Amino acid sequence: MSALAHTSTTSYNYEIIRKFAVMAVIWGALGMFVGVYIALELAWPIFNFDTPAITFGRLRPVHTTLVIFGFGGSALFATSYYVVQRTCQVRLPSDMMANFTFWGWQLSIGLAAISYMMGFTQAREYAEMVWPIDLLIAVTWIVYFLVFVQTLQKRSQPHIYVANWFFLAFILATAILHIFNNMEVPISFFSLKSYSLHAGVQDAMTQWWYGHNAVGFFLTAAFLGMMYYFVPKQAGRPVYSYRLSIIHFWALVFLYMWVGAHHLHWTALPDWTSTLAATFSILLLLPSWGGMINGIMTLSGAWDKLRTDPVIRFLIVALSFYGMSTFEGPLMSLKSVNALSHYTDWTIGHVHSGALGWVAMITIGSFYHMIPRLWETRMYSTRLIYLHFWLATIGIVLYISAMWVAGIGQGLMLRAFDEYGNLAYTFIETVAFLKEPYVVRAIGGVFFVAGMFIMVFNVFMTILQSRREREMLEAKLASKMASA
Amino acid sequence: MRHEKIETNAGLLIVLTLVVISIGGLVEIIPLYFIDETIEEVKVSGVETVRPYTPLELRGRDIYQREGCYTCHSQMIRPFRDEKLRYGHYSLAAESKYDHPFQWGSKRTGPDLARVGNKYSNEWHVQHLIAPRSVVAESIMPNYPWLIENKLAYNDIAERLKALKLVGVPYSRTQAEYEENVKRFGEDVASLLDINRAEENLIKQAEQGNYDGMPGVITEMDAMVAYLQVLGTMVDFKQFEDGHFATFR
Repeated sequence: MSALAHTSTTSYNYEIIRKFAVMAVIWGALGMFVGVYIALELAWPIFNFDTPAITFGRLRPVHTTLVIFGFGGSALFATSYYVVQRTCQVRLPSDMMANFTFWGWQLSIGLAAISYMMGFTQAREYAEMVWPIDLLIAVTWIVYFLVFVQTLQKRSQPHIYVANWFFLAFILATAILHIFNNMEVPISFFSLKSYSLHAGVQDAMTQWWYGHNAVGFFLTAAFLGMMYYFVPKQAGRPVYSYRLSIIHFWALVFLYMWVGAHHLHWTALPDWTSTLAATFSILLLLPSWGGMINGIMTLSGAWDKLRTDPVIRFLIVALSFYGMSTFEGPLMSLKSVNALSHYTDWTIGHVHSGALGWVAMITIGSFYHMIPRLWETRMYSTRLIYLHFWLATIGIVLYISAMWVAGIGQGLMLRAFDEYGNLAYTFIETVAFLKEPYVVRAIGGVFFVAGMFIMVFNVFMTILQSRREREMLEAKLASKMASA
Repeated sequence: MRHEKIETNAGLLIVLTLVVISIGGLVEIIPLYFIDETIEEVKVSGVETVRPYTPLELRGRDIYQREGCYTCHSQMIRPFRDEKLRYGHYSLAAESKYDHPFQWGSKRTGPDLARVGNKYSNEWHVQHLIAPRSVVAESIMPNYPWLIENKLAYNDIAERLKALKLVGVPYSRTQAEYEENVKRFGEDVASLLDINRAEENLIKQAEQGNYDGMPGVITEMDAMVAYLQVLGTMVDFKQFEDGHFATFR
């Protein structure tokens, strides 16, 4: 490509990471924008515009798919390829296979979003993709597994670094979950419509076993892998406790798989199952907080960096939100609390304190660390990183506070009785109550999305800057060669 | 065993991780297929009252999914005093045993629909789906005017029933299967579950029911309202003693 291509980093495949990183930022901005749009639809239903493709019911899966699988997924591909190469000190085994995972994944996300808007869906939350997309994802994922494991096997280090355990568990668990949850029978080879293999209570259990572990492995374990690499790197300190990370890993991956049924408290699912899930949900607090402490304490002795380094701020705030939402989760899995919180916006707030506070913040922090290294330059603007940090933090706080008010408020109204023992409120009265919190939530979302768009701009300018610097260097080199 | 052995051996790490992550799902999911009490038996004078959907209701259910209704409406009533007053008897597992996929939902931006059947008139539903705020001023539900504009596609209705039969729903193709259904559900229901008569049954139900208020045309509205009107109507709780179903949980 150029005379400068022979730097130390070319022994790693950075090209694939750059591609995934750019797509992660783009899907993030787009998916969160759709999120704000559907928040507006809930506050003002006129935004549905009587147009099938953009009604709330069809756009909501577009939002969840773009942010979880588009943004989160692409970020995980990018960081896992980055971390596994650097910690194993070896290049990915096959550029072609790595590229296949890129195109397979991006195609799946794009097709999924378009198909939902056209009305093609499995109608199972977070697994709405129709069967051909499910197959494409399965194949892509198997190739991803092969690329990752072959890299581990070629490693020039005896030990597999802790971040890679988490990435590996995430890849294995996601494969199992995806395959068993998406067992379905198409009505014909030429139709996108299929019916789920399971029905009713078994289908519900399987779906939430999948659904909660999409949270547990996709949105937690894998991002912990990210945390275990980027926090120590950015802090310039080793991981706080090696022993804690071993306990953290095994306890977390074992316990998570049991807790899905806490989404089905008080339903037609047998009591024994949901009680078991609630029990394991409480236990899960321990490894969750173990991991959080391990991450935060890694900063001990370097706390002053919080004042000067915006990247550390993203990472530490992410860990704080991780601690908060992994405390709130077990709380909500208690049957008595769940009786109030379930079906309300409290759940939505909880998801977003995890998804925005933990997943997005740890990703954004890691990206601001990784992107300049991938393009061999500095970030275009540190001030814009600070601005992004504040927009994101304010946005999250507005969002989750509004949802606490909405969820707890509606929950209390729905179970209120008047002096004669009749229901104190009709359902629609509680909907009217939600109006203000829904507006505040949309404003919070606007803040967060504004931050994402600033990130898109900052990353774009960084890439341009890298290109300019490279051209200047090459010109200099060329003129030196000519004069010599 | 020292952990060093695991973290220096990728194969061992993979195998152990697979074992550890498999246990929870195996313990919680597999028994649900084998413990008989998981799904209640609902029989009135020897006949099962919970039946698979008719072809028209099934098409309505498909449209319910297409529009993502489950993102705002649950179909699962919990055993609480306020829910009983608001929606009716708590949901039984039996009531969704033919639901591929389940539509219990996870969020009530709108009310629960598990027992919405027979609660409102067809005319109310049509008006409400076309323009919710013309019926309930403070509603935040989107308008669905296209349901009454779109003609219902039902040329592949037999394929749909066949696919459901493959996953275990008792639609019949052979005479023997039909007779089995007569024994289980009675003759009237059994004839509705006959795949060979699927299209004929769909047209008949739409014409007789005239759910959309427009005789002569079969619209998506016909199917949608037919589906909504059957929700929660298959178990008549007056036929059972109080607490009869409590033993199942």
